[in-house]
Amino acid sequence: MKHQMLTVSSPPHIYGTDTVVRRMGDVIIALSPACALGVYYYGISAFFTMGMSVLSAVLAEFLFQKVAGKKVTVNDLSAVITGILLAFNLPPEVPLWLPAVGSFFAIIAVKQLFGGLGSNFVNPALAARAFLLASFPMHMTNWTFLTTPDAVTSATQLAVIKGNPEFVPQMADYSALLFGKIGGCIGETSAAALIAGGVYLIYRNVINWRVPVFYIGSFAVFAFVLGRESYFSAYVLYEVLSGGLMLGAFFMATDYATTPITLNGKIIMGIGCGLLTVIIRFYGGYPEGVSYAILIMNIFVPLIDKYVRPRVYGKGRRMA
Amino acid sequence: MPFTFKRGIHPNEQKQYTENVPIKVLLPGVKNEMVFPLLQHLGAPCKPLVEIGQKVLLGEKIGDSDAFMSAPVHSSVSGTVKDIRPHLTAIGTIVNSIIIENDGEYSEHESIKPRNSFDDLSREDILSIIREAGIVGLGGAGFPTHVKLSPPPDKKIDTVIVNGSECEPYLTTDNRVMLEESDQLVLGLRIILKVIQNARGFIAIEDNKPEAIEAVRKSCANVPNIRVAVLKTKYPQGSEKQLISAIKRREVPSGGLPLDAGCIVNNVDTVIAVHRAVFRGRPLMRKVVTLTGGAIENPGNYKARIGTKLSDLVEMTGGLKHSPAKIVVGGPMMGVAIFDINVPVVKTTSGVLFLTESETRIPPEKNCIRCGQCVEHCPSGLIPIELNTDVLRESSGMFLEHNGLDCIECGSCSYICPAKRRLSESIRTRRRVELAKRRK
Repeated sequence: MKHQMLTVSSPPHIYGTDTVVRRMGDVIIALSPACALGVYYYGISAFFTMGMSVLSAVLAEFLFQKVAGKKVTVNDLSAVITGILLAFNLPPEVPLWLPAVGSFFAIIAVKQLFGGLGSNFVNPALAARAFLLASFPMHMTNWTFLTTPDAVTSATQLAVIKGNPEFVPQMADYSALLFGKIGGCIGETSAAALIAGGVYLIYRNVINWRVPVFYIGSFAVFAFVLGRESYFSAYVLYEVLSGGLMLGAFFMATDYATTPITLNGKIIMGIGCGLLTVIIRFYGGYPEGVSYAILIMNIFVPLIDKYVRPRVYGKGRRMA
Repeated sequence: MPFTFKRGIHPNEQKQYTENVPIKVLLPGVKNEMVFPLLQHLGAPCKPLVEIGQKVLLGEKIGDSDAFMSAPVHSSVSGTVKDIRPHLTAIGTIVNSIIIENDGEYSEHESIKPRNSFDDLSREDILSIIREAGIVGLGGAGFPTHVKLSPPPDKKIDTVIVNGSECEPYLTTDNRVMLEESDQLVLGLRIILKVIQNARGFIAIEDNKPEAIEAVRKSCANVPNIRVAVLKTKYPQGSEKQLISAIKRREVPSGGLPLDAGCIVNNVDTVIAVHRAVFRGRPLMRKVVTLTGGAIENPGNYKARIGTKLSDLVEMTGGLKHSPAKIVVGGPMMGVAIFDINVPVVKTTSGVLFLTESETRIPPEKNCIRCGQCVEHCPSGLIPIELNTDVLRESSGMFLEHNGLDCIECGSCSYICPAKRRLSESIRTRRRVELAKRRK
């Protein structure tokens, strides 16, 4: 028997079917209900904002990798996700250069300069949002609700609560939070759409349930205990559904590169984000604390990964 | 509830080709050249007991050693010793081997004497029968069985596990042996339990083998100290450490052996070999192997004579239908890819996979995205991507600090990784280097 060209390699000789692109594609699928509702409620300008953001993110990645002489990896779809997430954190009506500037910052300064996919130490979309908020505060806080006939410029729900101790949420407020029709960023409009996407990601094993469940859970507990005006006085459900919590918990805090790699680390990440979000929302200068809570926890991730590890088989407790 | 262990993976099983194919005996033809490496086990190599030109009989001892940690080698055919020279083995080593030309007579050596019961045998008698029969762990490591069954007196053994989990994809020999020889299996375990007194016996089977479970249950129904332990189908359940933690909720201490956790684990075919040595007086001369994969004409389970070259074995089963892209001895998760098919079946050969291009495609390696899948699935509780980084940085210190030596080389991390990082491959290489450094 003659066997030419037999492959000889180290085992394993078979590999699973999972790929990076499959995971990134699933994230895009999970984001699409919120995308669709964003366009439905905020109109064509939201569509252009998202389109611009995605195109610039992909272009930024392509240009950087070309110039730096690296392998072009835009087909892994991760830049598309960064683009969508950045747009989700922008008001619906912004000049189109704003998402472009944000995407270039996110991809080049935050992601590629630190080594590209998997090597950035903070979430690119959130860092870009913080950058835009600091640089162009006027554009970033212009909340226009376009689908109402008399387009009004109003504050977000959280800004309303913050300035108004007498605020009592009504049934209509809850359904607005769940299904859209509120002033806010493009992606935050419908909590239900984000939850559906998040559940899909957990079902598809793209994200681990620990980060969102512990984030939202600990947020609810801390919000319930600390209250806004006095202890035990907050409308917990209203707090949970408002602002960027769902977007942050399911899509931002779960970003692979900037979340702990171990399961127990993910629990710490979730609880840390929950606590920081409550503190910033209730006591900080901003009405919303999700972005900064996640960014701050991102910085602790290397430390968490250093000390929180699984117990090695045959070492530590429970020995024969 | 079936027993199970922490983490692990569910690779595509691919057992459908052979799990229902009954075991067929393959006898090498007249004039076939048989190769008997003098090291088919863990421990000291044997010295040849025969000379070139000498006639040998079936079952005759042709190699042995004075060392305790060793096991003799027997001829599986009758014929003439043609040569004694170094020969390539499946794991890539070159080992001094006895080459015998088969005369096709299969005349038995006088040492083969059947026995009707083991009641009048003492512990020492049984251990010496096992040693003389050259029995070693047939699951893969080749640990001499008489050594395994002679634990130091300070180690109290309360559990003997027969490992029939067969968690590697493609392989189906343990399944077929349990199904077809369940009575002999239980008798073999009873013999072992006579050596290891006051221990309970478990026959561990994954729940993807319901027929084997039923057959073995029936055979041990009236044996008070033996029971079947049904395991959840998950890889690497067949690893000794994972088996012990699944069934006994105990762990083998880092760097230790199963007997440090009060357990002895034996492969199904090893126990059958013990039965055959005691009742039929036959030394270890044959091995059940699964020959499978998309490139072979007749995938199946075959009783092969030890010493038969894989090339002859394939011919006897009807040959190949495609030219294989890769030939693997063992399972696809931990087996060895070979470059030459002219290597013999040895005591530890459990299967040979003839894989086509599409079955064994190696996907390109990408950057880690830190999804954490390797951590979620590592049965040893390691962080494979961190060890991979240590290896790439050539940092021996960090590799050891991150418990690289506790890796069991199961390959789960590489299998599960969406970026197709060569995690297991790199860790294995480094681990071997570190272990070799220690032996110096």
